[in-house]
This record gives sequence, structure tokens and C-alpha cells, in this order.
Amino acid sequence: MSKLHVSTTVNGDSVEFLCDPRETLLDCLRDKLNLTGAKEGCGTGDCGACSVTVDGRLVCSCLMLGVEADGKDIATVEGMAEGEELHPLQQKFIEYAALQCGICTPGVLVAAKALLEKNPDPTEEEARYWLAGNLCRCTGYDKIIRAVMDTAADMREAS
Amino acid sequence: MKDNVSVQGTAHSDRIHDSAIKHVTGRADYTDDIALPTGALHAYLGVSDVAHATLKSIDLSAVRAAPGVVGVLTAEDVPGVNDISPTGLNDEPVFPTDKIQFHGQPLFAVIAETRDAARRAAERAQIDCDVLPHALDPIAAQEAGYPYVTKPLKLERGDIAPAFKTAPNRIKGRMSVGGQDHMYLEGHIAFAIPGEDDDVVVHCSTQHPSEAQHMVAHVLGVPSNAVVVNVRRMGGGFGGKESQMNLFCAVAAIAAKKWNRAVKIRPDRDQDMTATGKRHDFVIDYDVAFDEVGRIQALDGSFAARCGFSADLSGPVTDRALFHADNAYFYPNVRLTSHPMKTNTVSNTAFRGFGGPQGVIAAERIIEEIAYATGQDPLDVRKANFYGGEGRDLTPYHQTVEDNILDRLVSELEDSAEYRQRRQEIIAFNADSPVLKKGIALTPVKFGISFTATWYNQAGALVHIYNDGSIHLNHGGTEMGQGLNTKVAQIVAEAFQVDIDRIKITKTTTEKVPNTSATAASSGTDLNGMAALDAVRQIQARLVDFAVETWGVAPDEVVFRANEVHAGAQVFPFDAFIKQAYLARIQLSAAGFYKTPKIHWDRDKGQGRPFYYFSYGAACSEVMIDTLTGEYRVERTDLLHDVGRSLNPALDKGQVEGAFVQGMGWLTTEELWWDDTGRLRTHAPSTYKIPLASDRPRIFNVNLADWSENRELTIKRSKAVGEPPFMLGISVFEALSMAVASVAGYTTCPRLDAPATPERVLMAVTRLRDGG
Repeated sequence: MSKLHVSTTVNGDSVEFLCDPRETLLDCLRDKLNLTGAKEGCGTGDCGACSVTVDGRLVCSCLMLGVEADGKDIATVEGMAEGEELHPLQQKFIEYAALQCGICTPGVLVAAKALLEKNPDPTEEEARYWLAGNLCRCTGYDKIIRAVMDTAADMREAS
Repeated sequence: MKDNVSVQGTAHSDRIHDSAIKHVTGRADYTDDIALPTGALHAYLGVSDVAHATLKSIDLSAVRAAPGVVGVLTAEDVPGVNDISPTGLNDEPVFPTDKIQFHGQPLFAVIAETRDAARRAAERAQIDCDVLPHALDPIAAQEAGYPYVTKPLKLERGDIAPAFKTAPNRIKGRMSVGGQDHMYLEGHIAFAIPGEDDDVVVHCSTQHPSEAQHMVAHVLGVPSNAVVVNVRRMGGGFGGKESQMNLFCAVAAIAAKKWNRAVKIRPDRDQDMTATGKRHDFVIDYDVAFDEVGRIQALDGSFAARCGFSADLSGPVTDRALFHADNAYFYPNVRLTSHPMKTNTVSNTAFRGFGGPQGVIAAERIIEEIAYATGQDPLDVRKANFYGGEGRDLTPYHQTVEDNILDRLVSELEDSAEYRQRRQEIIAFNADSPVLKKGIALTPVKFGISFTATWYNQAGALVHIYNDGSIHLNHGGTEMGQGLNTKVAQIVAEAFQVDIDRIKITKTTTEKVPNTSATAASSGTDLNGMAALDAVRQIQARLVDFAVETWGVAPDEVVFRANEVHAGAQVFPFDAFIKQAYLARIQLSAAGFYKTPKIHWDRDKGQGRPFYYFSYGAACSEVMIDTLTGEYRVERTDLLHDVGRSLNPALDKGQVEGAFVQGMGWLTTEELWWDDTGRLRTHAPSTYKIPLASDRPRIFNVNLADWSENRELTIKRSKAVGEPPFMLGISVFEALSMAVASVAGYTTCPRLDAPATPERVLMAVTRLRDGG
């Protein structure tokens, strides 16, 4: 199948790539742009390991085609830190040891960032249900939730 | 004298995971993130769609003709031995030649230019076979006269027959305990690069690089020295990557050598779940005799397991179920037998606890039976049966329990969780609440630490100091998120008294440490930490000799302290000292080794000391169920767990929390379900439900028993932590049982089977309301 030309913005950078119209955004990010932070956990939108935002909206990049990214603004985990300065969520995840094997972590962070942008003052219940789309098999979620709630409190104080 | 004041990241500190910054920035490379060399090919498995059949032929012409396909691999393409049985039983072909033994069994592999092309082409095969009757579960297998996949075990102590005759009470029952999929977020993956001569390098995500190396050599028909297996990190393992990666490593390596191109294989989630093994399901029959106060006098237990089509690790898994069928309780007279049944399902394998949880839950069911029969709080029955002093300290495998701390641990949790008071409140609540019912349970765990295959209890490490003073650390364990690398680096930092940042933790590779054991049985830190310490001690001994000779000081005047080395009055920065040692031609590299002392096991007699020590823990959980729908939620959980002197409390608490939630999942929402044709219908997270962030207990208090210290000489007196807290999840199951029992006035043991899905809870409520 002939390839299509896609122009998009990823983490603020303009990028272009050619892709088979059947390729997922996840595969395009990983294989064409070498952004391997988003992972394929299930390929069916059930685990959240491939979470990215598209024009600010949280999506599973395994459920979206690469060609659909044309003209959109994509954000991945690689864009969270400013250079070497980590995003407050990233700092708190380290501080709280809210990660173990780390493979769900990029997706969880992208989802948590999207939550706090939408709702800077979530209840714990809201945070837990928002992150229910991101599976983690290692941590049992407790430290993740506490890191997110603490980050939210800090960010509210700072703003 | 140790002075840790100005040294960062030594033992017993909350050091962050060594990859934490890479994890949060997406820069931690997993096997799937390694850039492929030019010309790399992709493999995908073609699988059976029947559970049991005589295989007549496989027509692969349409597969070969599909776009992008380079070739296919079948049994005929295996250059060496077509077997990847980890226990050498020759019962597990890479690809079968004459029979299909389970639905989803890999039959061939397609090699193509892209993964997508290989995956599409695999669907085009024409399989010609004669379908045979199949048996999916252990009871059906017994009824159909299926064999054991491996030799069963019997543990026996005392004489059960007289006790059964004279005991005032006796209960017989049966419990079904479901299996569990590992659902590591990173699935199976292997990536092989051909080298010169017979050589091949395999990057993969295995907990057992040495076994993968030996298996690849075996199927290629080359010596082990031609094969290198590398593992930087895994995206979760939980036992699912102990033996199951062998298949993928073998396929990638055979294809890489055949086409002389790099080959990667990564099944999709459905194929990962259907083609690789899981936790064993068990059907447990128990017959228990006990006195008026609920003290057990005799137990006869039979443990039948769904092992799948081959042995894999089913022998040691079913053995460990028997080793833990006592949990924390003394059985004066006992007989336990295992029945490792062959079934037409995927071959079940290691999973956190390795059969132990299935033994422990049987013990807890028996306690529950006695509590309802005698009208007592189950916690009182537990306490009455705890291992005690002389005369009540011998396990069914004749090992003496010498380190029991459960009396203190359980009492502390009982107080901190306010168990007694809350139980009374819950009973009062239930009396006034017709629909919603609560339950609470406090359950203990005692878990034996060591591989029961005694020879696995060995480890190696390799430590180099380069002449700039930087330290390179390698050991035979693998990192799957548990923080093993961090803990071992902390041990090295402590021993050298240098900041942990000076130490580079490197990928696990068969090139550096040979003949390693699986990172399994919770043993990673116990074994590899000791091996690394041995390497450090060797280098330090040479450095001390060097300082004694050079500066004329006594050996005890040479001290490693706070990133410095003191030789009498002379003080050198570590770097400068190392530079001088190098110039004086001191060997700055050492291979360390460790083997666990004291353990021995005679399987034929069923006697010995298979475990170096025991780890302990206790959990108290409160749940609320809806008796109209069976739905429930966990209101509160309190955990108190023993890790000896914790090497890293932050990492250890993470293990305890994660294990508890995983154990809770096993017993609540995680249901494996095969249809009548033998097809696994819960094949992905769409249909197989692991706990979510929203399922975490509403109140969750997690503590380590910080007063505990391993009485054995383990690394820094710590204890293993990976598996034991998994069984803390049983408290949720038992609490659900109490909530169900409330509908019949707590007089009938609800006999919930696991997992206690909402459907099962509702069925149990209905059964009890209908009078049992």
C-alpha cells in the first residue's frame, strides 16, 4: 500500500513522516520518530501504556492511525521534562517510589498530566477513576495515587 | 566501625530505583525499544485452533506466498533438539511433529519483512488434523485417566488414621482455586542477532538468561559458549518469564541463523496470553480432624493441579503447594499428596509464590471451616493452631520452625487495625443492614525462602574497579522492577563506603556471570547480594594488603570510610587510592560467588530442610458486598510484613503493596475461562480483569515489621520480599467469605471458590440463603 505524508507537531516540534495508512500512531511514534516512551501493552486500548495527548485530549495511541495525526498537536512522555528539569509529576513519582518495572510509567504520567490540566484539584476518587484506564501490575497503585495528589496540591500552591 | 554519614545510597536507606529517572522520562530501554539493525526480520507464531488432535500435515504454501514473507520455520527447521523442556523431560517441543496438545499451541513461525506481514500471513496456514477428545481441568483429566506430567510428592508425618477415629470433629470439603495470568505490561519478546561461526546474541526479557542460553544452544545444536543472552530490564516478570521466554528465544535464534539476519519476535497480547503458561489452578480435597476448641489433630490433603500439556515447572510448583499447605499452623498428624495432572491446556508455569499461595489458601479454608463449625472468630482458631515451641514446631516436611514471629506480628496488627472492635461493629452493622453486608478477616502468612531445587541456591557476581575509581557491577540476577540492581549496588556502596553514584549497574549477560539461577523464588537479593559482597571482599583484601605493604601500617589500620581510604594516618580519596593500587599492579576485578548454607532436601523421603528461613506477614481487610448483585469493594486494608532488616524500606514497601494487590486480584476479579473447545476466552485485558487504580482499598495502611531481623546470616540480616506478601491478599478473600456468611448467621462456612468474582459471591449468598 502506498505511503502517505503526515505533517504533525510532537512535543512542540514540527515533524513529518511517511506511513502506511494502516499503521497506528503508536508505531509511527516508536518506529519512525524513535519516541519509544509510549509502549504497546495490549494493542487494544485496554491498558493505557501507549497514552499520549492529541490536541490536549488523552488517547491510546494504539487506537489511532498515524495518518490521523496530520495537523494535530501530539504530546508524549518525552516532552514532559524541560531539558533535564523534570515535570513536578515526574519528580513526585521518583520521590514516592511510584514505579517499579517502569513500563506503565510513561502512560500513567501522560494520563496524570492530562488530569491535572483538566482538573487541578481532583478528589482522590476522581484521580483513581481517571487513572483506572492505566494498568500497573507492579505497584498496587497506592504510591501512584499519592504522588498524583501531592503533585496536584503543590502545583495549586505554586500557581 | 562504619561511618555512613557522608556516603550516599548505602544499605538500609530509601534509595530510589536506579532507573527511576529513565522510567519517568521514557528513556529506559526495554527489549522492544532497542533499535533494529538494517535488514532485521520479524517472526510471528502460527497456532492451533483445536485443543487435542493428531497432526497430519500443515500446508504453508499460502503463508509462504503472502506479501513480505521471507520463509517459515517448522519442527523440521530445528537444527538441534526440538525440545525446550526446562526440566529436561523432553516433553515440550518448539514445534510439534505429530500431535496438537492445546488450543493456541504454536505450530510454526512465519518470518517476514515486517511484524504486520508476519502476523497476517500466519493466519493463512491450512492445518490438517484428526481431532481427539480433550480434558481441560484436573478433575476431567483424572476422570479421563490422564497421566501426571511429572512425579507427584507425598509429605507425611505422624499417623492420621487413629486421629481421624478418635477426634471429636471431622470435616471433609473441596475447594477450587483458579489460576492467574501474569499480565506483565511488557509481553514476551526476543531479538536475535547472528554472529560469526555458530554464534548468536539474543536480547530478550527473561528472568532466567542462563536457561535461555542453554535452550538456544540445545535447539541450535551448538555448545552454550556460542550463545549470549542479554537482559537489561523487564517490564514485569512475576514468574511468567522464568521458563516461558525459551520458546521465543529459540524461534528468534533459529531464524537468525537460518537467514543470517537479525530477527525479532513479539507476540501480541492475545497470543502472549494463549501461548504461554500461567499460575496453576488447583482442586483441593481436605479432610480435617479437630478438637472442641478447634485445634487441628489430623489433616489429609490432596492437591490436584492443572499443569497443562507438559511438565515445565509443575513439579516444583506442586511441591511448593504442599510445602505451604500448613501456612502458619502445626498439624500433629498429616498426609499431603500432589497430583500434577496433564491437561489439554497451555503448560502452566511459575507465578509469584510458585504454588505456595494455593497451599496457604487451603490452610486458611480449613481454619475457616473449623471456625464456623465451632462458632469462633477465625482469628482465635488461627492462633490456637500457630506453630509453637517444642512439640509444635515441626512442619509436614520435617523442618523445624525456628524463627516464628507470628505471635508478635499478628498481635501488633490486631491492635493497630483494631480488629476485635471493628469485627464487633461489623457484626452489629450487618444485623441492621439487609442488603449491604460487611466482612473482616485477619490472615497470616509464613513463607519458606530458598529454591526447593537445592542446586539453584547459588549465584555469581563480577565487580571491576576501573583505574579512575569508577565501579562496574554485574551479577546473575535480572531486574524486573523489584529494585534488585539498586539493592545490590547499595550493598557494594556500603562495603566500599563510596557513594552509590560511583557504581554502574550493567545489564545481565551470560558473558559475565555463567550458570546463573532464575531470578525467582524471591531469592534475587539474598543470592546476588551475597555474591557481589564476596567479590567486593576479595578486592578489598588485595587493597588492604597493598596498603599494608606500601605504607607499613597494620591491616586493621586500613579503613574504607566516606569515599576515602585510610591507611593509618594517611587519607586518600577513593579515586586516588585506586589509581595508586593500579600503578602497583593490584588486580582490581573479582568474581564473587555464594551458595546458601544449611539447606538440604530428600524428595523421595519427603524430609529435609528445604528452606533457609521463613518470611512472615499478616493482613487485615474489611470489605462490603451488595447481596443483590454480588458486587463488592475493599474498604480498608492494614498490612504488617516482615522483611528482616530492610535493605531499602521504600522498595520493600512497594513490593508488599504491589504483591498484596496482585494477590487480591488473583482471588477476586482475575478469572481465567476456557470454553468447551478449550479456547481461552479471557485472552487480553479486555476480558481478563486485573485490579485497577480504582480497586485499591479505600484505606490502605502498609508497614514493615521494623523490629524484625533475620536470625540467619543473610545479606545484612534482611529477608526476601518478592513473593511472601502476595498471600496477604487472602485477607480480602476471607473477608468476603465472612460477609457472605452473615446472610446465614455465621453458622455455615460459605465455601467460596476462588476467584470470588461478584458472580460467585452472589451465587454463594443465594446458596446460603437457601439453606446451604
